[in-house]
Order: sequence, then C-alpha cells, then structure tokens
Amino acid sequence: MVVFEKPKALADVSMHYCPGCTHGIIHRLVAEVIDELGIEGKTIGVAPVGCSVMAYNYFNCDMVEAAHGRAPAVATGLKRADPENHIVFTYQGDGDLASIGMAETVHSATRNENITVIFVNNAIYGMTGGQMAPTSLPGQVTQTSPYGRDVNHCGFPIKVCEMLSELDGPEYLERVAVNNVKNVKKAKMAIKKAFENQINGKGFSLVEVVSSCPTNWGMTPQKALQWVEENMIPYYPLGVYKDRSADKAE
Amino acid sequence: MKTTQILIAGFGGQGVLFAGKLLAYKGLIEDKNVSWLPSYGPEMRGGTANCSVIISDTPVGSPIVSAPDCLIAMNLPSLLKYKDSVVSGGVIIIDSTLITEKIDRDDVSVYYVPATKMANDEGFSTLANMILIGKLLDACDEFTIDGTEAALEKVIPPRKAEMLGINLKAIKLGYDFK
Amino acid sequence: MAKKVLMKGNEAIAEAAIMAGCRHYFGYPITPQTEIAAYMAKRMPKIGGTFLQAESEVAAINMVYGVASTGKRVMTSSSSPGVALKSEGLSYMAGSDLPGLIVNVQRGGPGLGGIQPSQSDYFMATKAGGHGDFRMIVLAPSSVQEMADLTIKGFDLAEKYRMTSMILADGTMGQMMEPVELNEPEIKEYDKSWAVTGTKMQRKHNIINSLSLIPDELEKLNFERFQRYKQIEENEVMYEEFMMDDAEICIAAFGIAARISKNAIIAAREQGIKVGLIRPITLWPFPTEAFAKAADKVNSFISVELSMGQMIEDVRLATGCKKPVTLCNRAGGMIPSPEQVLEAIVNAAKGGNK
Repeated sequence: MVVFEKPKALADVSMHYCPGCTHGIIHRLVAEVIDELGIEGKTIGVAPVGCSVMAYNYFNCDMVEAAHGRAPAVATGLKRADPENHIVFTYQGDGDLASIGMAETVHSATRNENITVIFVNNAIYGMTGGQMAPTSLPGQVTQTSPYGRDVNHCGFPIKVCEMLSELDGPEYLERVAVNNVKNVKKAKMAIKKAFENQINGKGFSLVEVVSSCPTNWGMTPQKALQWVEENMIPYYPLGVYKDRSADKAE
Repeated sequence: MKTTQILIAGFGGQGVLFAGKLLAYKGLIEDKNVSWLPSYGPEMRGGTANCSVIISDTPVGSPIVSAPDCLIAMNLPSLLKYKDSVVSGGVIIIDSTLITEKIDRDDVSVYYVPATKMANDEGFSTLANMILIGKLLDACDEFTIDGTEAALEKVIPPRKAEMLGINLKAIKLGYDFK
Repeated sequence: MAKKVLMKGNEAIAEAAIMAGCRHYFGYPITPQTEIAAYMAKRMPKIGGTFLQAESEVAAINMVYGVASTGKRVMTSSSSPGVALKSEGLSYMAGSDLPGLIVNVQRGGPGLGGIQPSQSDYFMATKAGGHGDFRMIVLAPSSVQEMADLTIKGFDLAEKYRMTSMILADGTMGQMMEPVELNEPEIKEYDKSWAVTGTKMQRKHNIINSLSLIPDELEKLNFERFQRYKQIEENEVMYEEFMMDDAEICIAAFGIAARISKNAIIAAREQGIKVGLIRPITLWPFPTEAFAKAADKVNSFISVELSMGQMIEDVRLATGCKKPVTLCNRAGGMIPSPEQVLEAIVNAAKGGNK
C-alpha cells in the first residue's frame, strides 16, 4: 500500500532549491491540486525570474518561462489564446510580482483575468543573493539594506493582498503561510480554491504564500520558520482579503 | 499622361479630409492612380488641417503635395501658407465668406466662392466643403461632374445614406456658381 | 480578384492581419499607429478574436509572447518609443524561437521626439531589436498595398522560421490612403509541435524558454539560430529595382523615401541624368548582393533617408566602399522633397559625390 508518493504533476527530477527552502512545499501543493482536479493535461504554468525561474522543469504540465515580472501578461496571452481549454497559472516571487511586475499584477487583477497566481513572499531577492525586496520588512538587513530597511529612505513594504483588495476586479485574494503543518493544510485549500475559481470561470485568484529564505536570511531552516511566525505573519496577517463569490452569497 | 495634385486646407472640422476622400474615390472609380494623405497630430483639433490628393495616369510617387495644381483654401492661415506654392496656371478656390483676402497673382485662376454663406442659406451649414468641391469640378479641366454620385456613395457610410442627396445638391450649387 | 478599395495604410495592415488568420491583438495607444488598434477593437470581437488594450507596451508584447507560445498567430503594433519598450519581449521571443508580427509606424526621435514620419528606427529594427544575438525579419512597405501584402508575408515568414517579423513603416505610410486589393491569402501550415496547448496527457510537456545557464549549450543554440538566419539571407531577400538598367547613379531608399526618390529620378531622367533606385523591401535580410552588383556598374550611390543616415552604413558595407555613398536626408519628422533629392542627383552627376 502506497502511503506517500510524489504528485503526478511534479516531475521526477531533483530541484535546485536550497535545503530548508519552502518553494519545494509550495510546488508540491500546486502539483497535488493539479492532480486532484485532474487538470494536468490542460494546464500551462508560467515560471518567473527569481528563485523559481526553473520551475518549468519541475512540473509535468506545459510550461512557459516569462521575462522578469511579466508572467501575468504572458498568462493573459496563454489564457486568451484558448479560454475554454487552457488552465493557466503563474508562480512568482516578491521581486517579480510586486516590484518589476507590479503593473502587470495590478492590471491582470483589475481585468479579473481568469488565471491563478501563486505569489511566494519571502521578503527578499533570493536568486541574486539576498537583496532588499518590495516586501522586505522595516529594519530587515539585506545585502542592499545593510543597516536595515530604512523606511524614510526607501519606503515601506508593499502589502499585495491588502492593496489588490481595493480593486473591484479580482475574484479571490488570500494570504497563507507554510511555516507549520496547520498552515500548509490551509495553504493547500487556498491554492485549490484558486484553481477551482479558474475552472468555474470566476476570474483572477491570487494566493500569497508567506514563505522563508533561510539561506539569504542567514538562519537555520527551523529558525527561519520561527522568524516567519514572529516577524512576517504579524506584518502580513493571514486570511482571505477578497472572495467575491462568497461576499455575494452572504 | 497627366498628374493632378490637389491640396485642401482649412480648420479641423470643416470637412477637409472628407472632401479629399471624395476626390480620391472619384479618381479610383475612373481607374486612375490615387493617393490621399492627411496632416495628422494635435493640429487636427482646431488648428489647420490639410489633405493632399493626387490623381494620376501613372503610379503615384510621393503622396505629399508641395506644389498643387489646385488649392482649396477654407481659412486665411491656409491661404497665406499655400497660395504661393500653387503652380503657374493652377487654380485657387477660396471660401470668400471666411477669407476676404484677394490673390495678387495673375498666373493662376482664382475663384472666390462664398461657400459658407451659401451653405448656411441652404440650411446645410456643414457642407461648404462640398460647395467648394463642386467649384473644383468645374474649374479644373481634369475633372468632370460625372460619377460624383457614385463617389459620394463610397465615402458616405450607409448609416448616413440620407445625407447623399444634400451633398450632391451642395456640389451642384458650387459647380453652377459663377 | 477582390475589388480595389481606398484604405489607410494602418487599416490595411489590420485587415490583412485578420485575413492572414491573426485573431489576437494586443497594443497600447500611440500616434501615429492608433488606427490599427482602433480597427482591431472593432473587428476582433465580431470574428471571435481577442483585442486587448494592455497596460503598457511591455505588457502588450508579453501577451503576444503568451499567445505565440500556443502557436497561434498574434500581433502588436506601436510607434518608435513604444517599440523600444517592446525590445525586452522581442529578445525573449527570439530566445524562445516564437513567431509573431510587430508593426512599427515610425515617428521622429530620440526620446518622446515628435509624431511626424521618420525612418530613424532602422538601427533598432535591423541591428538592435533588443539585447543578445538575434535578428528579426524587417519588412519595409512603400505603398498601402504593400502594407497589406507584407503583413501577410510577415506572418508566414515568422512561422516558417519561428521568429518575429517586423513591419517597419512610418507615419506617412500609416496615414495615407491608396487603392488596395485584398485577396484571401493562402495560409501555409507549419509544424507547431513545440507549442504549449496542454499535454492532454498524451505527450511529454513542452517548455517555452529562453534561459540556458550552461554557456556551451547556449552557444550551440545561438549557432543553430544563426544557421536559420543564414537560410533567410539566402532565400528571403526582397527588393525592387527602378530604372537601374543603364543607371550611373544609384539611389538607395525604402518606404516613403523611395517614393519621393522616384519623383526625383523621373525629373532627373528628363534632364538626361541616368539614375535609378534600389529599394530594399526586406531591410533584414538586406539586399547586399543587389548593391554589390550595382557597385560594379554605377559611379556613385545616394542614400535617401528620413534619419541622420542609418541605412547608409549597410549600403557602404554592401558595396565594400567601392563607390562613394552620400546621404540625402531630413530628420526629426521632416520629409525630403523630390527637389532636394533631385539636387543631390544633379550634384552627383556633376561628380560632386566623392
């Protein structure tokens, strides 16, 4: 009897992520959802630029690698090329989605583009070696904020879910975390809902996953998860920020 | 082998481009080579608007009319700007309701047509352009009034088909003006 | 045979694209090409296609990237500053070997520049469409009919060679009306097994990607791509020769500059000056051979351009500097007059072209 196996939608290759990185968990959740919904054959994923740049190798569905920040625009093209038969998701980090790609993010949200966005927020640029991200916390030390993020000098972190929730367009916005088992389970439910919304034609669904980066935070994986709990989640409260269908039902 | 270059100039909103289109379609129906080139940009709003039309037996090279055989001037700035560029032996047609200036050249044929007043008197105040086109069909040897209705049918969209009659009337009015 | 109708160049491009099977258009407003977007906005919803006004030129080209990834015909259009913004996407499309059509209705620059016609994006189109080693097929229409015909051709070449085609027009070509005959084109089918349309659980996943972190692999991809470019240089060059049979002076000009030059050539011939024109229709691949051959025959060349002199460099390269090449130009949105070109021809005939 098989008690544990790799999701079918996840490719049988070893990933390049650092030990203790939560990308692996999030990849797995996305793949499990694709399996459970039976949509691998019609799914097209869009990989970003950042740590998950090579996500195109890790999923068994068709994949497209986008320019930095442009994943929602590329996803718009992919979806509109065949709206009935394509399930399209983007997988983006905080630099990609909330800095260079903010216009694409906001506008695909306001168009209620019928796509699923997985937004991994770990408050740092990982791939380039730990620079300040649009979501780095006040005071957070990074390579490009060596004295801590000074909000008087370079402004405040961007709270993506809160910001997008002011728009009339988007269908569903939820912030989750993957720092413990309970939160991982909640994260999966949110990701599943974000894909189901697309299948049901409801529109733009974004799940922000508060995540960790032990390598660039300079912490052990365990300590990093603790830092998520103590610093990230208080600044980025978890929960549903918009659920238009549910709001309507009430 | 003949090439006729026409420049129509005035304010935006006077129907300069439309008048040019009518001539271009007339040329097309008569199996000529034609080109139509508008000025474009911010000047389309209130400033001067002009349009170059070339009708030729041979393929049209440059679509830009810099030395017109025929100039229709619908406001003073246009007349001042282009009157000296008209070729010797050419034709200048002026809306004399809006322009009181007289042409001081004796090598061109000049027609002063109070087109705006005529149009207002007839109750179709927006068709001064068509009255001036009528005069052009009379004044330029290269044109005849034949086939004008067919050309109008091309440039007036079907949803405005009821405008055809009064456009034709305006053209005839200009054509017969002495 | 279809009936001849009067159309603006921009509209002819849009209608021809639809006839070529393009059902997806993404763009952002900019003068002087906005008629293309307006035309698409009207037509696409009625024929089951997609018109979407993107939030930026950058987004528009990336939407093009998305549709192109699925193997469907797709286009965007813009004018000079907007095309510069698209250069990121153009490079990624080249790196991912994606077909698509990009229209540049040029205006004067640099910077915001003006909105009047220009040819000053010749370098950008033929040499530097974006970062990295790549080419685009660059087509330069000189009539409204060619605006339509080259659009259809551009889609075909793009699919044939899995790369982007660019229509390099200018404000005059976009805004002018001429009679045009639109005939239903024959659309060739090319292999699209690379496209992402969902695996349907019947094949291994396809990946559209321009990332390659191993240098010798990336080098190999570049060499292979340039092998393809070589085929294009051998097979797809297009140009027009006008009165070149006995010419002693050769004008090089494309687009609107070629039309103006024809007026000047006819006027010069009336004065007994033997002058002709080579008009590149493909700016890349450049008609190098035609110019090389002419260099053995004529005494001198004049490059007529609406720029500070960009194509002139290719004319010099093609002719191996065997004969003098001079520039006759206007810039910043100004257009050379036939008289200016005639003067340059007369000057060259007097031997002043050295």
